[in-house]
Amino acid sequence: MTAGQGPGERTTASAERPGDHGVPVLGQLLVAHPRAVLETHARLGDATAVVALDQLLPVMRWLRDDPAAAFDMLMDATAVDWLPREPRFEVVYHLYSLARGHRLRVRAAVPEHPGQVPSLCDLWASANWMEREIFDLYGLDFEGHPDLRRILLYDDFEGHPLRKDYAKTRRQPLVGPRN
Amino acid sequence: MAEGARARPRSDLHAEHQVLNMGPSHPATHGTVKFLIELDGETIVDLEPQVGYLHRGFEKECESGSWYQAIPYTDRLNYNSAILCNTGYVMAVEKLLGIETPERCQWLRVLASELSRLGDHLTRCGAACLELQAMTPFLYGIEARELCWDLQEMLCGARVTSNYVRIGGVKHDLPEAFPAAYEEISAKIRTLLRDFERVVTRNRIFVDRLRDTGVISREDCLRYAVTGPVLRAVGVPLDLRKDEPYLVYDQVDFDVPVGEVGDNYDRYLVCVAEMHQSLRIADQCMARLGRLGPAPVDVDDPAVRWPAKGRVFTRMEEMIQQFKSVTDGPQVPAGEGYFAIESANGELGFYLVSDGGARPVKVRCRPPSFVHMAPLPLMVRGAMLADLIPTFDFLNMIGGECDR
Repeated sequence: MTAGQGPGERTTASAERPGDHGVPVLGQLLVAHPRAVLETHARLGDATAVVALDQLLPVMRWLRDDPAAAFDMLMDATAVDWLPREPRFEVVYHLYSLARGHRLRVRAAVPEHPGQVPSLCDLWASANWMEREIFDLYGLDFEGHPDLRRILLYDDFEGHPLRKDYAKTRRQPLVGPRN
Repeated sequence: MAEGARARPRSDLHAEHQVLNMGPSHPATHGTVKFLIELDGETIVDLEPQVGYLHRGFEKECESGSWYQAIPYTDRLNYNSAILCNTGYVMAVEKLLGIETPERCQWLRVLASELSRLGDHLTRCGAACLELQAMTPFLYGIEARELCWDLQEMLCGARVTSNYVRIGGVKHDLPEAFPAAYEEISAKIRTLLRDFERVVTRNRIFVDRLRDTGVISREDCLRYAVTGPVLRAVGVPLDLRKDEPYLVYDQVDFDVPVGEVGDNYDRYLVCVAEMHQSLRIADQCMARLGRLGPAPVDVDDPAVRWPAKGRVFTRMEEMIQQFKSVTDGPQVPAGEGYFAIESANGELGFYLVSDGGARPVKVRCRPPSFVHMAPLPLMVRGAMLADLIPTFDFLNMIGGECDR
């Protein structure tokens, strides 16, 4: 692995202050939430903001409601497992604004313990199933989610398969019909 | 006894709601999904879609192979439009690599994508007719799809799992007989499409089953991140081919059809109009490819695209290069990137993370089918059980893409 990619190294290595990189919405976000945004970049044309996990909900609410941002669609939510680095996980959200036609990626580092992330279900309905999928495959807990159950796998499945320490060859116990 | 039965109050008939399990393999749905339906008589009180029956660990498999080895898995996301899935993934990798493919390659990708989209919409509309008890239009639709697949077979040797698009190029250029075959087959497809529309579009039974069923509002579409024909049917002209043009979509003429009320009939009309637009784009691609003449279809970068087979078997350097490409594949610079294309169902996005090595750290597929299943209860609550069938059909949930 090369340096400068894991969330752990990002926080120590990013000596430069977050900037707007020529993307207006990043600049406005930095003005509105200067302490919440830890890092920004616009590499490969993808505007990205890394925010502190405890500020995720207010930042997302601002991104949805502020007319300059107006992100009315949560297109995608997923997670990345950076084992063995700390904090181990990262949640990644892709926002799209139909009103303004722009996109933004928001990331937040999540430590393995307690592995809790504030749920965005109150902001965008699409977060419901996407967060269930992250819970299912990565085992992250979404605080305030109304119905946090497995979605792609069955209830008796043991472990969370997209974690890097889940071996691809691992077998699951046979489960019978339940009545 | 007869006296007692007559005295029983009528409200006893449906005193309790009934729970019905529909699926995961049901003859009236073309998708592997289970619905847990709470019914009051024949009226849907509530519905819960249960997905995941076709989960096969797409993301886990991609993370354990090289960047190249994920391409065949993307074929299996959507059996109707494999080339669109190929294109989405490959262009996301190319975004990380920072390479631009040659012009001829881009036109070939657009041509193949539109044939793929056409086949996808034909299946959606044809299968919807079948599940509404109309066998004949289904056969018209499937015959036209078979013709699309004939073209696809000429292009890449496979009818369903195309594996046509490669990182930095395509498998190969058009075969010599392709332009003539395209002329003939596209005319046949147009005839079949016209017949299909004549049988279906103003058919009283079909219209009655579709009109005002499965309605979703613009606001709910946004809240649930609904894209593609379902969003366009409510009147929002969001089409990534126009709004964030990729490949050479900015050089072709086509319209983005939209609906008005967002019911199943609007979705049907949008899909039919899009099929005509796809043919229109494909015609322009053929004309442009003819004018461009012979040109390379792969990037000239030995680190990305492996050499032609003829040279591999005759020259030493190319053979080594082929060996390196097959065992390792390209090394993708560290970073993250999200690339989305307009697939037949909506926004198909790939979020890739690389640590600079030969294997991806993360391959996330943003599947429109999965996202579109979440608001299904909204569309059918309070409707009759029979209305679930067209609504589910026009969402066009593809199990392989939804469950990955």
